Amino acid sequence: MGYERQADFGTPAVQSDEAVTLRIDGRDVTVPAGTSVMRAAAECGGSIPSLCATDSVKAFGSCRMCLVEIEGRRGTPASCTTPVEPGMVVQTQTPLLQKLRKGVMELYISDHPLDCLTCSANNDCELQDTAAEVGLRDVRYGYAGENHLGLEADTSNPYFDFDPSKCIACSRCVRACDEVQGTLALAMDGRGFASTISAGQAGDDFLSSECVSCGACVQACPTATLQEKAVKEIGKPERAVITTCAYCGVGCTFRAEMRGEQLVRMVPWKDGKANRGHSCVKGRFAWGYANHQDRITEPMIRDSIEDPWRVVSWDEAFAHTASRLNAIKAEYGARALGGITSSRCTNEETFLVQKLVRAGFGSNNVDTCARVCHSPTGYGLKTTFGTSAGTQDFDSVMDSDVILVIGANPTDAHPVFASRMKRRLRQGAKLIVIDPRRIDLVRSPHVQAAHHLPLQPGTNVAVLTAMAHVIVTEGLADEVFIRERCDWDEYQDWARFVSDQKHSPEVLEAVTRVPAAELRGAARLFATGGNGAIYYGLGVTEHSQGSSTVMAIANLAMVTGNIGRRGVGVNPLRGQNNVQGACDMGSFPHELSGYRHISDTATRGLFEQDWGVTLDAEPGLRIPNMLDAALDGSFRAIYVQGEDILQSDPNTHHVAAGLKAMDLVIVHDLFLNETANYAHVFLPGSTFLEKNGTFTNAERRIQLVRKVMEPANGLEDWQVTQELACAMGLDWNYQHPSEIMDEIARLTPTFAGVSFERLDREGSLQWPVNDRAPDGSPIMHVDGFVRGKGKFVVTDYVPTDERTGPRFPLLLTTGRILSQYNVGAQTRRTANTVWHDEDLLEIHPTDAENRGLKTGDWVRLASRTGETTLRAEVTERVAPGVVYTTFHHPATQANVVTTEFSDWATNCPEYKVTAVQVTPSNGPTEWQESYASWSEKSRRIAAEPAE
Amino acid sequence: MDSARLVYMANQIARNFAAQGEDAAIAATAQHIRDFWDPRMKAAILAADLSGLEPIARIALAQLKT
Repeated sequence: MGYERQADFGTPAVQSDEAVTLRIDGRDVTVPAGTSVMRAAAECGGSIPSLCATDSVKAFGSCRMCLVEIEGRRGTPASCTTPVEPGMVVQTQTPLLQKLRKGVMELYISDHPLDCLTCSANNDCELQDTAAEVGLRDVRYGYAGENHLGLEADTSNPYFDFDPSKCIACSRCVRACDEVQGTLALAMDGRGFASTISAGQAGDDFLSSECVSCGACVQACPTATLQEKAVKEIGKPERAVITTCAYCGVGCTFRAEMRGEQLVRMVPWKDGKANRGHSCVKGRFAWGYANHQDRITEPMIRDSIEDPWRVVSWDEAFAHTASRLNAIKAEYGARALGGITSSRCTNEETFLVQKLVRAGFGSNNVDTCARVCHSPTGYGLKTTFGTSAGTQDFDSVMDSDVILVIGANPTDAHPVFASRMKRRLRQGAKLIVIDPRRIDLVRSPHVQAAHHLPLQPGTNVAVLTAMAHVIVTEGLADEVFIRERCDWDEYQDWARFVSDQKHSPEVLEAVTRVPAAELRGAARLFATGGNGAIYYGLGVTEHSQGSSTVMAIANLAMVTGNIGRRGVGVNPLRGQNNVQGACDMGSFPHELSGYRHISDTATRGLFEQDWGVTLDAEPGLRIPNMLDAALDGSFRAIYVQGEDILQSDPNTHHVAAGLKAMDLVIVHDLFLNETANYAHVFLPGSTFLEKNGTFTNAERRIQLVRKVMEPANGLEDWQVTQELACAMGLDWNYQHPSEIMDEIARLTPTFAGVSFERLDREGSLQWPVNDRAPDGSPIMHVDGFVRGKGKFVVTDYVPTDERTGPRFPLLLTTGRILSQYNVGAQTRRTANTVWHDEDLLEIHPTDAENRGLKTGDWVRLASRTGETTLRAEVTERVAPGVVYTTFHHPATQANVVTTEFSDWATNCPEYKVTAVQVTPSNGPTEWQESYASWSEKSRRIAAEPAE
Repeated sequence: MDSARLVYMANQIARNFAAQGEDAAIAATAQHIRDFWDPRMKAAILAADLSGLEPIARIALAQLKT
């Protein structure tokens, strides 16, 4: 599409069953009751000038530009704050209104620099447009008096500037920060003429304030006061393409606003159903990695990881790689080969990688990075409900009365959804947080948890069982729901189990360290507070009982009847953009797309017929098993697409040993990541800006990813996989990812009604999309569970085998922060490093004092597995006995410390519980130094031979 | 494959099914290994020294042999 500003209806849409008809400028218009006159006018194609109104925030009524005349009423009311009434007759353009508006506009312009021709917002400025709209031709007031034109700009934020000389004090930025983002970092400081926008406390600039750089203020600003630096540098965009963000599992849709082949800015798309026009600092601003100098755009090969890389042509790369794969297969058999799909890649790319492994390599040794994050979700929800996915759409939270957040930190990891959740909390919904850390949601502006249960890491199951104990023994179970929707016999077995006194909060307090009274209060609130919704993250799954915890969560939802309607449900917050999709696409070694077991003859037969091959009926190896098998010599070659297992998987030493033992490691990525240090083939990848495809977000929403620029390496990732398959002898001939989706739809019942054409037309679809749900499924299990009757599963608390003791007295738990993403491959290569340029170790003041530590000190973090060093941050955010760090930086390699203990059902690593010791340090460990040296050596690229 | 690690994994699975009662836990443990373990892992544990296995896991693996 060409470039035009997104439509703005002035005030937010209103939901109402009652319709109101009125007449505006001679035209009848019918809108929901409660709609403003301004919005009603906009909906019938009219235009009322305004400056302080925008449809992302509530009407404010301050600018006095949107005045209208209403028959039978005195004066000229503001249309933004006047609700429609039946039979109302409104005039929006009269001589009186024109005169009033021109007068107001004149006052605005009298304190605004008239530098339009050199202003970065020239021709994209609402103030400029409004001046034209009201016919302003001259300004009677000169600049001789007091004005704001000399105020200095705040350029501290790496992505946008604040120029107060251009501010018209409309408060849109302040209200966007309050209402859309919910951070309340901005305020209108002073009164009258002295009014100025202030970020944070006195003395703060934007960078040092609480501002989270979500960009909502920039989007709301009607002038160039808050504007992206990129617009200033590059100029006004000339076209826009709707696409889907490649960061977290919220799946925000954006307008990629382009000038030629250059991306100028990413602007959240108002019609995006996942983000509803909002964004976070990563999706909106942190896309600079796409053009970073570290990017590799040519294929490279080498015989040994000791050698420097040699740049080769694509033809040579494919021929060499296929030849090596075929040779290894011939010598060691098909089960010696495998692959890893990526949750950062599209559904189509992921589907092709698993197809290559199953149909080309001839094994089921395919796994995905969901192994190390949400594989327990797949197991737990399939067992209890019958399908491996969350039950709600994001909008559902606006109907919740009680929100239980367990093992998730939405304001950091899923910030756009967190803003929606905080909006609901500000409206009065109650919040329960179960987390060892005092995450921001526990207490932030206008949000305070009713209960925070700061449990001992590793005791999720005990806490949830204790909550179930309270609900069942106090007669709070929803027996009507259970009898109708669940297996009653299984419920009774489960109810007997949880009712045992040994599962009471009082008895389990010794294990969980959660005060029994607080836990009882939380359980009662969840059971009796109305619509109860559960949101969880990796603090649930990344434990030795990750799958048990997911099932305990499902039990809690069923016993309280909180499934199958809006406002309730079980909602896994997926870490990466396409975790849901990668799992849907058959990336796990035991199942084909749509979560159907590989041993099922009928399902396997469908694929065999379509693909023209015979498939192995036995499940393949999971990622940790692949590494184990590499060490015993039975697994020899791996194709890793878009994943950095050396940095992200536990026990780095073991991962390195496994990779080193393989004959052939193929890395397909944007950068020479840490895994590539052990690779023999590097296939350059394409960014989400350079490809077509689809991502599926945490609410099962399938959305298009649209190519906005040509791939820097010449090929989209699906083309790379196809060429490799063809070089191995497979006859693949996809012309476009839409053809891959057609194959997915043909072979996967839950995707039967999905096509690119339909996604393009409808914007998005939530699976299942098939004959039973032709328009998709925003809410799951509405009339019954997918598996039939909901299954209560007895989940006994089994303590982890990772124990603290005299040598390792503290528990380490890991996570991520707002500005960085996963292993940091993308965000470390953006200006986001201004907020977080190294991993820090959070430690409680008591533990710090016992060790003589203060914030900023270097500390040695050691476990039974390994050790690293990093700087300490002394904070009460963590409880005594618990320390926390992130894993964003390879210089730290936090996973040198984590262990191979894992979830009993899925082998999802137990990242959240590692016994450690923390001691003062004066510098990097020997291992850190040797790895840095090795890494530098391994990344050498041989100079091209002279002509 | 490292048989000690496989034995650990089998015991861990069995321990998490144990609360369902012995018969159900044995059947569930056997089915879990059947559904999720690669053939070389199954072969390796069946060929290994099983003295480290806890009772539920041991009986489950005996069922897998048949």
